[in-house]
Amino acid sequence: MTDNNINLTNQHDLNSEVNNKTPVVQGEMARLEEEELAVQTAKNFRSISPARMVAKRFFRSRLSIVGLCIILFVFLFSFLGPVIVDATWGYGQTEVFKIPRQSQLLTKANFEGADGRKYVYYDRSISTVTTKAPPSADHWLGTDTNGLDIFVRLMYGGRISLTISFLTIFLEMILGTILGGIAGYYGGWVDQLIMRIVDIFACLPGMPILLILSAVLTSIEEIPAEHRIYYMMGFLTLISWTGTARLVRGQLLSLREQEFMLAAETTGIKTSRKIFKHLIPNTVPQLIVSASLGLGQIILYESTLSYLGIGVPFPNAAWGSMIALADPSKGQEILAYYPNMWLPAGILIVMTVLAFSFVGDGLRDAFDPRQKK
Amino acid sequence: MVKYILKRLGLAVIILLGVSLLIYMLTMAMPADYIDNQTAAAVQSGQMTPEDVLRLKELYGLADKSLPGILKGYALWFSNALQGDLGFSFLYGRPVTQVIKEYVWISFFISLIAYVIEIIIAIPMGIRAAVNQYSGYDYTVSVFSMMATALPSFFLAALLMNFFSINLGWFPLQGLTTATKIFHPSDTWGILLDKAWHLVLPIVTLTLLSIGGLMRYTRTNMLEVMNSDYIRTARAKGLPEKTVINKHAFRNTFIPLVTTLSGLLPGLFSGAMITETVFSIPGIGSMAMRATQQGDIPFVMGYNMYLAILTVIGYLISDLMYAVVDPRVQISK
Repeated sequence: MTDNNINLTNQHDLNSEVNNKTPVVQGEMARLEEEELAVQTAKNFRSISPARMVAKRFFRSRLSIVGLCIILFVFLFSFLGPVIVDATWGYGQTEVFKIPRQSQLLTKANFEGADGRKYVYYDRSISTVTTKAPPSADHWLGTDTNGLDIFVRLMYGGRISLTISFLTIFLEMILGTILGGIAGYYGGWVDQLIMRIVDIFACLPGMPILLILSAVLTSIEEIPAEHRIYYMMGFLTLISWTGTARLVRGQLLSLREQEFMLAAETTGIKTSRKIFKHLIPNTVPQLIVSASLGLGQIILYESTLSYLGIGVPFPNAAWGSMIALADPSKGQEILAYYPNMWLPAGILIVMTVLAFSFVGDGLRDAFDPRQKK
Repeated sequence: MVKYILKRLGLAVIILLGVSLLIYMLTMAMPADYIDNQTAAAVQSGQMTPEDVLRLKELYGLADKSLPGILKGYALWFSNALQGDLGFSFLYGRPVTQVIKEYVWISFFISLIAYVIEIIIAIPMGIRAAVNQYSGYDYTVSVFSMMATALPSFFLAALLMNFFSINLGWFPLQGLTTATKIFHPSDTWGILLDKAWHLVLPIVTLTLLSIGGLMRYTRTNMLEVMNSDYIRTARAKGLPEKTVINKHAFRNTFIPLVTTLSGLLPGLFSGAMITETVFSIPGIGSMAMRATQQGDIPFVMGYNMYLAILTVIGYLISDLMYAVVDPRVQISK
């Protein structure tokens, strides 16, 4: 008993604390009933479930905690933020603010007059602009070219990005797990067929195909503009499920050959139970890792679509379309003088994607049983 | 070995067939607005009848949008494509292959330079990070590489343009040549320098976008090698750490790197749609972007097929390299 205790303390420093609190008195041990012994053991040995072990390893990494905090922040910002804004300031993403402000333009030109003297020509014009207000106490990040509050729009943009990325990843995981699972479990010609389909989809050029699909969507008049993004989400799933399918198939191929599967086989259970009880749960760690890494990629895809103007339609906000304001092809003014319009959206995208990769990396290390540190 | 290559080639052909059919069907679902837009005025003034427009669409195989019609069109397109004819671009008024041939070089040039810079920077940094695992350097490199992969291309481009072209004025904002400067046609160096000047920011953008991935890949592979038995043997023999890393570890890390990097080579010809568009570089990527936005169906079809071919060649190369580079790999099948 004591030996065991020492062993455990060496392995896990966590247990040492417990041991100090409940010293085991040698003489008493023999008199304890079996049940009480069990209770005592439970006190002395803290058995850590695999899930808690993973959590412990995950939280040991500083980067994963940072990632988790950022994700939490972005979630609160984009889902709770609009609610608070609506309750306190009482407006949403499409409220137009006309904030008049004087804009002075002074132009100067030198020229030589007919009398041979040099003249300086000044032209001073004062105009009133109501849009593109600078950051103020009322509008923390100012207003954009249409007089919409940028700070509030960032929140709604986050809503779209996060919703779409989570739904897409969810659909992708389902599709990939089913097809990859079938391929990996049955093998043979089924495997060949499915994997060739996977190969074909993996060879499709992603961005150009999405552009084509968006053109197709626009031409179908029955689909309202607001719903297009959900179709695009489906298309995003279709071009990105192949990675998951390959992953699940590879996992199943190796799991199939292991002893516990032989044991499951001998109990004579149904195929569906074998797949869903014994095989799929074993692929879950890899799936979670690839999902958290994939989330960032989907956010990048979504923001690119919005940047190109084929994501969420205009009055609604999206991070990508906010950065599109800075496109120098439409004039350099915003790129040069109004970083408050595009910089925060970009920073939010980078932060969110980065956070997902921190968490994904942390999870990968935490799930890896070879990881000792 | 020959059997392995043949099998891979056979697979590539099957994949390309599937991809081309899929792309064809998708492209055909695109609205044929281009012809309608171009002929609208003529139809209105009575110079063309709606039958003429329909005939024009038939000529391009765009009239019949039913499934058999599309399949028939596909067969025709495919047999032409086999002879190297990818159709005739509406927008650019020239054969698609000619447009690709003309504009691919600038894209290739940008990607090639970015690729070389990326290799030169990423591999040594990845290796150093792996050798000093869990050090401050390692963390910095890891965070930097993740940050680089988290950047959307258009945002990075906006940042660079804001900082280097507008605030510092070091580099031009957009385009490939200075519009206000007139060069004598014989002034080759002047023209080349001017172009190079315009390409600095696009190249930096492309490099930064892809550098993170390679860095992490190098680091992961190097870590795996560093934990292997032959490295322990080399150390146990008493070899200096420098020799262990430079000779034993690095050479073995090189195997997966060469495989992956050679697989990326065909991709250098594919053009960068977003980056080229943002910087207004007349490369194949921005041409394709314009064609897609304006509904130039033959060009879109040809370009996407071209991309798919490049991807398949990339896979083929890395499959073959995998067998060639690593002497431990025995091809049995």
